Amino acid sequence: MSNWMLLCFALVFVVLAPFAGCLLAGVDRKISARMQGRQGPPIAQPWYDVRKLMAKESNAPNRFQDFYVACYLIWIVITGAMFFAGMDLLLVLFTLTLGEVFLALAAYCSGSPFAQVGAQREIYVAMAYEPMVLIMAIGFYLFMGGDDGGSFRVIDIAQSSEMAIVPMLGIFVGFVVILTMKLRKSPFDLSMSHHAHQDIVRGVATEFSGKTYAMMEVSHWYENIMLLGMVALFFQNGGWTGFVLGIVVAILVYLLEIWLDNGFARMKWQTAIKTGWVAALILGLGNIAVLLVMA
Amino acid sequence: MSATSKSPWILHYDASSCNGCDIEVLACLTPLYDAERFGVINTGDPKQADILLITGSVNDQNKNVVKQLYDQMPEPKVVVAVGICACNGGIFRECYNILGGVDTVIPVDVYVPGCAARPESIIDGIVKGVGVLEERRAAMKEGRK
Repeated sequence: MSNWMLLCFALVFVVLAPFAGCLLAGVDRKISARMQGRQGPPIAQPWYDVRKLMAKESNAPNRFQDFYVACYLIWIVITGAMFFAGMDLLLVLFTLTLGEVFLALAAYCSGSPFAQVGAQREIYVAMAYEPMVLIMAIGFYLFMGGDDGGSFRVIDIAQSSEMAIVPMLGIFVGFVVILTMKLRKSPFDLSMSHHAHQDIVRGVATEFSGKTYAMMEVSHWYENIMLLGMVALFFQNGGWTGFVLGIVVAILVYLLEIWLDNGFARMKWQTAIKTGWVAALILGLGNIAVLLVMA
Repeated sequence: MSATSKSPWILHYDASSCNGCDIEVLACLTPLYDAERFGVINTGDPKQADILLITGSVNDQNKNVVKQLYDQMPEPKVVVAVGICACNGGIFRECYNILGGVDTVIPVDVYVPGCAARPESIIDGIVKGVGVLEERRAAMKEGRK
């Protein structure tokens, strides 16, 4: 595939991901409401919310917060663009982490104790999911052939003739487990839940208002689409079957996350770390061992 | 109708209410009334709220809290006083520690009477508040031009 084509993919992501992410968030709220026996807001509700937030007065506690949140948005967009341009998966994961760090910094820079505790929990949760995310990258490298001609490039993985899901089933399940943390769904939404009625108000986002909050929402739309793209990557076999199957499974995984979100209460950060690391150690490393033996 | 009217986020504060009105406020969010149909979110964060919903009469202990919550909310914002105590002090009006209605501390836009105010009238009050919110937003937009 030519570089121009890949650049086009990146541009398509930058332009279309907010719409897809907004739609996803709207459907999420609708399905959640139906699960609770309510009618729920219209599908376009997240779009109304962001439009309203843009019209609000800005009252940031200091001049750094907006800068950090803007950095979060920019790095998430860059990460997604790199992923859909088929660049190095390791680089994608590292820039994604950089974006997360900017969000934690935005929360740390305000004086609010709720935001501070939220930022600490954000870091704890990052500690919980990061090993599994890195093991996923290593898994793809081994799947592509390891030291003899292996590749971390997303485009190479997407164009390989067989689906990665078959030899990487354990890693896939482990990735779905930590996806709950990445998508900030209950039981691991401890740094910031969707509604501000929790022990630490709105956690990381307590001090965000108006445009700042809107920027964070848009970043989440980008991030969710990119994460579902990673889920779909497991099913790519260079053809249409893999492409369609990938999208179908990504939607099913998201439905599973909505179900988990509505079915569980929030758990402590210790549980998050145990869950993330147990998934990484057993499912992740176990699968890596299998891949090494198979090679 | 602009996006402002389609997504009124509410901050609910209990200023020495007997909890009667508070229960009714929460009842608005249950499946029977489901205020989220209109984009209403009961947020706990003043920085992200559009409508301040206050139940109960204000007293000396919490008047500064009420003031601070009001100040922390970004413009455009609206205050809805829910229940007769929040409107004018109700049966506690003459108590030594009670200042009276919420309007003795911050400007109130919509008064929802009742003891306790029924969910229907609370939703009606929120809808009236949204109308005021819309006017404020338009005025803000004019001011910016």
